[in-house]
Amino acid sequence: MERAHQYALSGYLIALADDELVLGHRDSEWTGHAPILEEDIAFANLALDEIGHAKLWYELAADLLGEDKTTYPDRLVYFRDAAQFRNLQLVELPKGDWAYSTLRQYLFDAFEALRLEALSQSSYTPLADVAARIRTEELYHLRHSQAWVLRLGLGTQESGGRMQAALDALWPYAQALAAPLPGERDLHAAGIVPSSADLFERWSGEVTQFLAKSGLQANLQSPVSDFDRRTHSPHLPALIEDLQSVARLDPEATW
Amino acid sequence: MMRVTARLSDAEIWAALSEVPDPEMPIVNLVELGIVRAVAWADDTLAVTITPTFAACPAYAVIDDSIRQRLQAAGVLDVEVRVQHSPAWSTEWMADAARSKLQAAGLAPPPRHQGDVLQVLLEPVACPRCGSYNTSLCNNFGTTPCRMIYTCIDCKEPFEMFKPL
Repeated sequence: MERAHQYALSGYLIALADDELVLGHRDSEWTGHAPILEEDIAFANLALDEIGHAKLWYELAADLLGEDKTTYPDRLVYFRDAAQFRNLQLVELPKGDWAYSTLRQYLFDAFEALRLEALSQSSYTPLADVAARIRTEELYHLRHSQAWVLRLGLGTQESGGRMQAALDALWPYAQALAAPLPGERDLHAAGIVPSSADLFERWSGEVTQFLAKSGLQANLQSPVSDFDRRTHSPHLPALIEDLQSVARLDPEATW
Repeated sequence: MMRVTARLSDAEIWAALSEVPDPEMPIVNLVELGIVRAVAWADDTLAVTITPTFAACPAYAVIDDSIRQRLQAAGVLDVEVRVQHSPAWSTEWMADAARSKLQAAGLAPPPRHQGDVLQVLLEPVACPRCGSYNTSLCNNFGTTPCRMIYTCIDCKEPFEMFKPL
């Protein structure tokens, strides 16, 4: 792979990893607080998986940059400031009620399924292989979040109402999935990654149809949130501070 | 006196690794679980290449340590455990011996899927205790990343299945 592509791809992967890490952190906040024991177990596992996927992407970025992949992921996670994270605002918003977290998981999982399908066809084999690994694990996430969207959407007046409120709040943020990731334009031209705009079009069609089947109405005229992955809500610095507080107490500690 | 490494043959290395239990399912060893990819000497260092099961498997650090310890106990001074993510591990790599042991321990083994995980997830799962197919999915997730929870309606017991991957 050309050097310019290596550098671009490392930035692209770090952004993907940041999405996984931050969403995984939000998911982990349900541990001990989910409405039923099964969902406590489910969200703890979702969190663990997402953070594991983040690690795989960070390690791949380390390989591309010639960094040590045993230490690079921790350096990125624990010692960057919030402003250096490149995740979507969609994943950093506070966990809200359980409808909100479940719907966010569904919106993200559905997009990720399409992206992983495309990435598993990448011309860069190490990327294609990692994408294939993550993709199979993600089948279980989508199956899970999808089932709950349908159940809650068509459940009681209260569950449906909460899902609709969650959708109204999250939909503008979800539009940012259409924006290109760092370095995407060149990498897409080289056949290494898909175009987010193309994926978004498919996602939008599939998701609005599934939401309608679940009795939920996506507001297609919804205003679009800021697309820039460099811009964060005030919720991210608080999350990062929480995430990094122990590691930063003693940066030299070994685990 | 300088210590000299025991230069185990491939057969001896694989035999030693067959004695290393999986930390979360100690009835199954790492070789029959299908995660050991290769063993190779590079000068005096023995490199063992493994492919972890799930990306976030929290048992990985323990697996790394136990491989090292088992081979060091056999006299190998320098052991390097390498991780190889591609091709990705699949439950298709799990040996029949491991499947029988899981079944006997009350953990339903992962169904064979020949690459189509979604298809086998539509098929009914037999209770590992009583064999009944009158079972119901309770949770896509379980006590470790690699398991999901079912309930047997006949014998009234919950059980876990190793997720097909």
